[in-house]
Amino acid sequence: MTRERGTHAGPRPRGHGATTTAGAVLVLGFLGVFFAWPVVAILRLGLRSGIDEVLTRPDTWRIVAFTLGQAAASTVVALLAGMPLAYVLARVPVPAKAVLRALITVPFVLPTLVVGMAFRALLGVSEPSAWAIVLANAFFNIAVVARTVGGLWAQLDPRATDAARGLGAGPFRAFRTVTLPALRPALWSAAAVVFLFCSTSFGVVLVLGGGRYRTLETEIYLRTVRLLDLPGAAVLSLLQFAAVLAALAVAAFARRRRESALTLRRARGATRRPSGVEWVTVAAAGAVLLALAAPILALLVRSVSSRTGWTLAGYRALSGTGGVLDVSGWQAAWNSLRAATDATWMALLLGILACLVLTSLRNRWATELMDAALMLPLGVSAVTVGFGYLVTLHVLPGDLRTSPLLVPFAQALVITPLVIRTILPVLRSVDQRVRSAAATLGAGPWRIRREVDLPLAGRAVVTAAGFGFVVALGEFGATGFLARPEAPTLPVAISALIGRPGELNTQMAYAACVLLMLVTAGAVLVIETLRSDLSGEF
Amino acid sequence: MRRSTARRTRAALAVAVTLLIAGCSLTGTGRDRETRTVTLVTHDSFAMSDELRQRFERDSGFELRILRKGDAGELTNELVLTRDAPIGDVAFGVDSTYLSRALDEDVFASYRPEGAAHIPIKYALGANERPTPIDAGDVCLNIDLRWFERHDVPPPEKLADLVEPRYRGLFAVPNPATSSPGLAFLLNTVDTFGDPGWRNYWRQLLDNDARISSGWQEAYNQDFSGSSGEGPRPIVLSYASSPAAEIGPDGQPRTRALLDTCYRQVEYAGVLNGTDTPKGARELMDFMLSWQFQSRIPEQMYVYPVVMGVELPESWQRAAPLPESPNQMKPERVERNRAEWIRQWRSLATG
Repeated sequence: MTRERGTHAGPRPRGHGATTTAGAVLVLGFLGVFFAWPVVAILRLGLRSGIDEVLTRPDTWRIVAFTLGQAAASTVVALLAGMPLAYVLARVPVPAKAVLRALITVPFVLPTLVVGMAFRALLGVSEPSAWAIVLANAFFNIAVVARTVGGLWAQLDPRATDAARGLGAGPFRAFRTVTLPALRPALWSAAAVVFLFCSTSFGVVLVLGGGRYRTLETEIYLRTVRLLDLPGAAVLSLLQFAAVLAALAVAAFARRRRESALTLRRARGATRRPSGVEWVTVAAAGAVLLALAAPILALLVRSVSSRTGWTLAGYRALSGTGGVLDVSGWQAAWNSLRAATDATWMALLLGILACLVLTSLRNRWATELMDAALMLPLGVSAVTVGFGYLVTLHVLPGDLRTSPLLVPFAQALVITPLVIRTILPVLRSVDQRVRSAAATLGAGPWRIRREVDLPLAGRAVVTAAGFGFVVALGEFGATGFLARPEAPTLPVAISALIGRPGELNTQMAYAACVLLMLVTAGAVLVIETLRSDLSGEF
Repeated sequence: MRRSTARRTRAALAVAVTLLIAGCSLTGTGRDRETRTVTLVTHDSFAMSDELRQRFERDSGFELRILRKGDAGELTNELVLTRDAPIGDVAFGVDSTYLSRALDEDVFASYRPEGAAHIPIKYALGANERPTPIDAGDVCLNIDLRWFERHDVPPPEKLADLVEPRYRGLFAVPNPATSSPGLAFLLNTVDTFGDPGWRNYWRQLLDNDARISSGWQEAYNQDFSGSSGEGPRPIVLSYASSPAAEIGPDGQPRTRALLDTCYRQVEYAGVLNGTDTPKGARELMDFMLSWQFQSRIPEQMYVYPVVMGVELPESWQRAAPLPESPNQMKPERVERNRAEWIRQWRSLATG
């Protein structure tokens, strides 16, 4: 394993040792209190009574194999489908690109139960289907690929590809030998995140697997929540842990080999009309967009359908109060926005701090370990974390277990790795020579951070914020197993409505989905505007 | 360069400040520790109108805080896990399927609320005074009346009918391993056909092309033809109360619950052991048996009140009467066998 970065000898961007240590302590402290401690506590409760026969049962290993297999397949599909979109976002002058970005992001927030039901109807699958699971997982995660890869792609200097083309390389060869290697950090980042999301995917596997297809996540849920079989759940959690660590090790290994300094530049001016075979990619992106739009359209149609024709009854009911909901749809939307804001700023703070620490550490193993530790919450069962909170957090003052603050904390746990995966590739790609030059000119470590790293990573920071916000709006991770705040958010309202009989409740549920999509699209548009302001600065 | 840096810094600051302010709006809602608060831990299906809540708060002097956690199973298991440091003062929603676990683990303190004398004997737990029945929700087969009329097929009446060839491919049921009503249905088949007779019944049911979905939502909203989803199957496992939500513009219900196929789930509430607000907890228990609360149970939670003399809404009396002799299983028997029955069901259903 050679370290290509070594070719650019020079000072690594290093804060004062003490500052780095303080940052590391804060980040790892948060991770320790809100992740490691609860998880270890609930595992210990389970393992106290000894490991039972879970490991020797053949269906346990079938479940492990299916978990990894469906996650890998979903990741491949998401990568293949996300790449054309990343290309279009980065290189093609599309009018109103912010709208396109918003559209791509919308699937990410939709409740898995509702999307699972939409897929069930659209694909006409009445029987449990592994392929439907893979497609639905990919549907949720295409945004991760398009945005992570597209973000880096937009900042690659297009002249490198032009030079390759000028030297006689065909478009495919130029892509394979110039663009693809440069994109690898982002590709591996995206792949790792998508893989972790898919390996812990829960609602989709339940709805489309009908209970026949079982993953570690659904099995841990069954044993913990329904059977309170903590020993069995603990063993499965350990297996999940091992699988996640193995996946992270593979990704880290691949990333290390490939990462090199890139010539980053401002994104403006890198787009141009596609020509020749590039249109094929654009067409592929169009097809992916249509596929993304189909379930969304299905939800829209359902929200205005009744037995007798079109109706706006669901929307009208949603704008008032009463029935199952104790608040109006607007109030729920506002609650969602507030909760997501809290989670996002916490995650940004932690994520940026973590990135600075990760690029400052000189010990490679320490870097890899910390990086992997911060990714773990994505790959560990939400049930395990949620139940872990129950048996630990009362020890802290103020009993966080029932505090509305716990929800943003738990969400920050999921968002922080995404923040890191978005910002870190860009920071790591910064040419060391630029930093060296700044140091030669007399800039101190923090000045280098401010004047070199921050401007180059600025776009990534805003991207990360936007993405984190969207994750929080969709309520991923442990929040499903925390005490529901009294102020219901949109996803909570949707699940309450869809769980009741009656046409109006169903219409309201779908109308609330549409509202959630609009809120998401609006948030993404605002953030896009902010981002283009930023990128114009350098 | 300098100017643009300053502008950037300003922009970043503005963003940070906005985020912080917005953040504070949530963090600022923490309740004043001085007020007397009573916390109700319950499941996601719990609903209580603002009006009722205000009435309780006014009459008792306690502020009511409601924590919702998953379904009855999740709620019970979380109560067990937090027994030594309870997350609330009163729990509502532990049902007959999980009651025995809560009792074994000593989750509830003894308290006999005012009004407990008006609960009919059929809901009572015997000499034990804890916890207290609050409502009953029966899980029954529901049928799409129009479908059976149109296809000139006589509707089924008993569970055993479902394995007949004429009902082939007509039944949708949620998975007992992943869904609460699904588990109630499994218990119903055990109660009806005995152990191990139920396994034979399920094999025939599956051979007769019963469709299993992971949750009630898919079975009822998507597979069932009588709901607004207008799916392909006219028989579904749902609740005795569901037809009350399917009344057409002509005032006639579109669906009917088959009252000879019902399994009774009683939901209980109790004061949690270790509460630091016993007085408030008792007030809340009394309130849940009060006429005001009981009479609103049907429309708010789609289940039936337990207190004698509390009338059902008019539409319920027509479309969703309370089943008279539903099946029921002793909570201890459920507790002893639940995990094993689920395991056996899974191995016969998924091979």
